Amino acid sequence: MSAPPQAEARPKAAAPPRPSPPRPSLRHRFDVKYSPYFYISPFFLLFFAFGLFPLAYTAWVSLYDWNLLSAEQTFVGLDNFATLLGDEYFWNAAFNTLSIGVLSAVPQLLFALWLAHLLNRPLRAQTVFRVTLLLPNITSVVAVVVIFSQLFGREFGLINTVLEAFGLGRIDWQAGTATSHAAIATMIMWRWTGYNALIYLAAMQAVPRDLYEAARIDGASTFRQLRSITIPMIRPTIIFTVIVSTIGSMQIIAEPMLFGAQVSAGAMATGGPDRQFQTLALYLYEQGFRSFEFGYASAAAWVMFLLVVLVVAVNFLIVRRMRGGLDS
Amino acid sequence: MTTVTANVRRRFAAARPLTYLTLLAVAFFSAFPIYYSVVVASHDNSALAQVPPPLLPGGNFFANVSRVFDTAPFQLALLNSVLVAGSITISVMLFSTLAGFAFAKLRFRGRNALLVLTVATMMVPTQLGIIPLYMLMIKLEWTGTMYAVIVPSLVNAFGVFFMTQYLSRALPTELIEAGRVDGASTWAIFWRVVLPIARPAAAVLGMLTFMTAWNDYFWPLVVLTPENPTVQVALSQLASGYVQDFTLGLAGTAIATLPLVAVFALLGRHIIGGIMQGAVKG
Repeated sequence: MSAPPQAEARPKAAAPPRPSPPRPSLRHRFDVKYSPYFYISPFFLLFFAFGLFPLAYTAWVSLYDWNLLSAEQTFVGLDNFATLLGDEYFWNAAFNTLSIGVLSAVPQLLFALWLAHLLNRPLRAQTVFRVTLLLPNITSVVAVVVIFSQLFGREFGLINTVLEAFGLGRIDWQAGTATSHAAIATMIMWRWTGYNALIYLAAMQAVPRDLYEAARIDGASTFRQLRSITIPMIRPTIIFTVIVSTIGSMQIIAEPMLFGAQVSAGAMATGGPDRQFQTLALYLYEQGFRSFEFGYASAAAWVMFLLVVLVVAVNFLIVRRMRGGLDS
Repeated sequence: MTTVTANVRRRFAAARPLTYLTLLAVAFFSAFPIYYSVVVASHDNSALAQVPPPLLPGGNFFANVSRVFDTAPFQLALLNSVLVAGSITISVMLFSTLAGFAFAKLRFRGRNALLVLTVATMMVPTQLGIIPLYMLMIKLEWTGTMYAVIVPSLVNAFGVFFMTQYLSRALPTELIEAGRVDGASTWAIFWRVVLPIARPAAAVLGMLTFMTAWNDYFWPLVVLTPENPTVQVALSQLASGYVQDFTLGLAGTAIATLPLVAVFALLGRHIIGGIMQGAVKG
């Protein structure tokens, strides 16, 4: 490694004492022992102030009747949580979140697995395929929803035009629960399938080739190879993507928010006029940043977090159990 | 090695046309919505009502773009987004490399506990802390300013994790020891030895960070005002009017997205390499 040009920036002082190798001088010992804290301190100072502190403080705020617009904050104990658990809008949002989450994550991961399987072989234009697959992922959520709201539009949307060409009726995608969930799940799938496929592909490339050679000699089809070699071998990666997708699904907010705004700007926080696609995160936004009920919204945030932990744990157990089935 | 490759190639020869066809179809569906948004953005609204809707670009793109700049403070928004994404990127690259170096190669008390804490918080939904963070911004009187968007994102746990992973593999411990024997301070070692080695990974991290910051929507929406937005916030205002004006909204989308797509077309290989690298180790 040649010395980079930036080297003269600072460490002039360090250069002079060249000779006498075993020299545990005070400065040297101090440097070795304490300078690491200096290197991690910018990160941790900012991380504590803007990352960890808000996380912890949420618990505190959730115990208060705390509204931005009123000067007084009164301690109410667990009242916010009690109200929340009796709030039908909250449970409606929980249902929507789960529904959209399942609709988007399950097909997405299965499809990504299959795509990675297709890409995991000598192909021409491998890079072109990879870049194209990741293209949706670099598109912003806002752009995705704007684009897909046009495609899913009732009057002039391309999807309805195609449906009509096939003799099927037009669908008012935003109006129904099932149709709006399907539309939102499509946006999420479109944005994340390629990304997950690349992650699977990376894991697949680490699987020893001779396993496939052996399977081929035994006459195993490529589907059989995927099922019996690839999936068991990349199981840690599958667990990883399941957890990440679960956490992601529980936080879906921009898609329903903007999809609602296409109906009317007023439906932005409610997820449609009948709350048919209001997710938990959107409910949190409505309570926190429309009604400015900080205490109540903080309680919602905590319950949401506990639900995330619960769903992640359940998914983790399911994926782990799958091992037995796949090995056989 | 060559015989194995040849063997593999021959083996897959039969499955090829179908594989290519499938991949081409998937590539088509990945790219088509972006293409179609440009098509819509280059027509006027009446063209969209035609019964076979237009599938080729029209001549109205620049007219729509100039309408975008008339309707929303898009110039300011672009400027803000460059400022926000630029400063976050530089900061994340620098501080992640610093902390990654310490976590990967230096020994100090509490190292493991701090690293575990950092990685664990990557799994916590960011929305859990959003209310107190907003209250903090009110206290600091940063709401409506770019500070509120920039400062909380100056560091992130992923960046530190990413650089720690990379440096513990790519940076030989002997190089650091050699520097020590030569009497170099840790700080000198960081600049002379660590940085040159960290550069490729830091560049990938920088690209990922820039894209994330550029595309971030929810937090800027919460803390900023419509008068002083980032690109994504301006775009959402543009697209969520009471009258659906798709050509306007998608012209704005094009302005906000095409710069990233262009960068991605040039550097996509490296970004993909970074994502795949991080995935295996993650």
